[in-house]
Amino acid sequence: MNWQAIRSIYVFEMARLWRTLIQSLVSPVVTTVLYFVVFGTAIGSRIEQVDGVGYGAFIVPGLIMLSVLTQSLSNASFGIYFPKFIGTFYEHLSAPIGPLEIVIGYVGAAATKSLLIGIIILITAFGFVDITIEHPLAMLAFLIMTCVTFALMGFIIGIIAKSFEQLQLVPLLVITPLVFLGGSFYSVSMLPPVWQTVTLFNPVLYLISGFRWSFFGVGDVPIVASLAAIAVFFLLCLSVVWWLFRTGYRIKS
Amino acid sequence: MTDIVDVSGVSKVFDGGFHALKDVNLKIREGEVLALLGPNGAGKTTLISTICGLTNLTSGKITVGGHDNVTAFRAARRLIGLVPQEITLEPFEQVQNTVRFSRGMFGYPPNNAYIDEILTKLSLADKKTNQINTLSGGMRRRVLIAKALSHEPRILFLDEPTAGVDVELRKGMWDVIEELKASGVTIILTTHYLEEAEMIADRIAVINKGEILLVEEKDALMKRMGQKDLTIELQSPISAIPDGLAKYDLELGEGGNSLKYTYDTKSDRTGITQLLSALSGEGLVLKDLQTHQSSLEEIFVSLVREDAS
Repeated sequence: MNWQAIRSIYVFEMARLWRTLIQSLVSPVVTTVLYFVVFGTAIGSRIEQVDGVGYGAFIVPGLIMLSVLTQSLSNASFGIYFPKFIGTFYEHLSAPIGPLEIVIGYVGAAATKSLLIGIIILITAFGFVDITIEHPLAMLAFLIMTCVTFALMGFIIGIIAKSFEQLQLVPLLVITPLVFLGGSFYSVSMLPPVWQTVTLFNPVLYLISGFRWSFFGVGDVPIVASLAAIAVFFLLCLSVVWWLFRTGYRIKS
Repeated sequence: MTDIVDVSGVSKVFDGGFHALKDVNLKIREGEVLALLGPNGAGKTTLISTICGLTNLTSGKITVGGHDNVTAFRAARRLIGLVPQEITLEPFEQVQNTVRFSRGMFGYPPNNAYIDEILTKLSLADKKTNQINTLSGGMRRRVLIAKALSHEPRILFLDEPTAGVDVELRKGMWDVIEELKASGVTIILTTHYLEEAEMIADRIAVINKGEILLVEEKDALMKRMGQKDLTIELQSPISAIPDGLAKYDLELGEGGNSLKYTYDTKSDRTGITQLLSALSGEGLVLKDLQTHQSSLEEIFVSLVREDAS
């Protein structure tokens, strides 16, 4: 294992974060504040408690997930796509490193960035609503697992994408709808029975539910189901990455 | 001299079916400067890419410093520095950071003193905190070289290092290569300039259509390639070459307006002075003189023709 190479990629990627600090950190925070103002305060004040939790607090885990998922995806996909796009990827292929170093470096950096964003949003949320976190360690573990898994997925998108448009496509067309329909802003029990069943096929539901459980001790699905879902998703992404490097698909001719 | 790179029986067929390398055998000696020459699309870059790990082999075997570049790729690649043909750099990164990144990628701990030394050698010391996108083309190419040297490689591949570089910078590049060679680094470079290969190479390999046509000591090859033409334009046309000029290897141009003299630039006497006085002795009035050296492309074409026949 070439640890120096992992360190190099990680430091190089994190440097991009510091260069673009405003876009990277401030904009997700501003977006979240807007959600709190509109949903939490304006609309939320007219909504009764959901699952025994005030609506403003209820949406916090979903909002964090929304940002963390999209940020992990876009950071990781951009991180690996950019060197391929501008051609500096030759260095990754000619250096004495294997897929593992590349994946750990890029996915690690992307996951760190979205983890930072998640934590900043959580801190921001404290300024708007009263929240107590029942299972702080589980909350952190869930957050980290989600960051890593979706950074892996972003990495896959970055490897496969042929253009910047394709890079935007998955987050825009797949992730945002899944997050919105995965119970970010409502409890699944509020939906008609048919839609409740449909929602169970949405993988993001399990993430948000599990994350919400770590905050309030209640979720839409059992916590075990949430853990299983994130584990399956993680392993799925890992096997796709392994396959990509094994075949050299869109990496090496 | 031991061989540091051994390419044996290497073929590369791309997905589309294009046969870029055909059973290539090439031994690169430790410490030499080898110029890899060939027309566009000959397979120069593909050959370099297969050695450096950018492209998978279809068949054959490559060892670098005795390490197989597939099964022991880490040990093999650690010895190699690569300067690619295209200038590909992260535009928003600082010069010194991008060089540090390269060093780390090869598994070496940070060493700012060494990186400063390389940047100074490449006249980039005052630009080390500049963003790449503020640099000129020539400077960017030197940044690429600095990156390739950042991990103290024993073998350096330079893929057309002087393409699009002005004369002064090209000379500077040659000095750098000279210094590296003196420090024991093996250098493989591709180029389109015969003059460049002549200046710095110990041996020359010619590749065309994916096949190595020859690998030869430079001096021997230059002798074969060093033919030059002198075209003499005449004031008034002549119908035949005068008898007094028969001993010169002359060719009469179309319409009798010009004479072409072929000579060897490497010989002590080119015979030009004698020829010119013989021309005036024959009463011929000259309008213009032009000399022309066969370009490498032309030489390749003739080599390929020889190869085909």
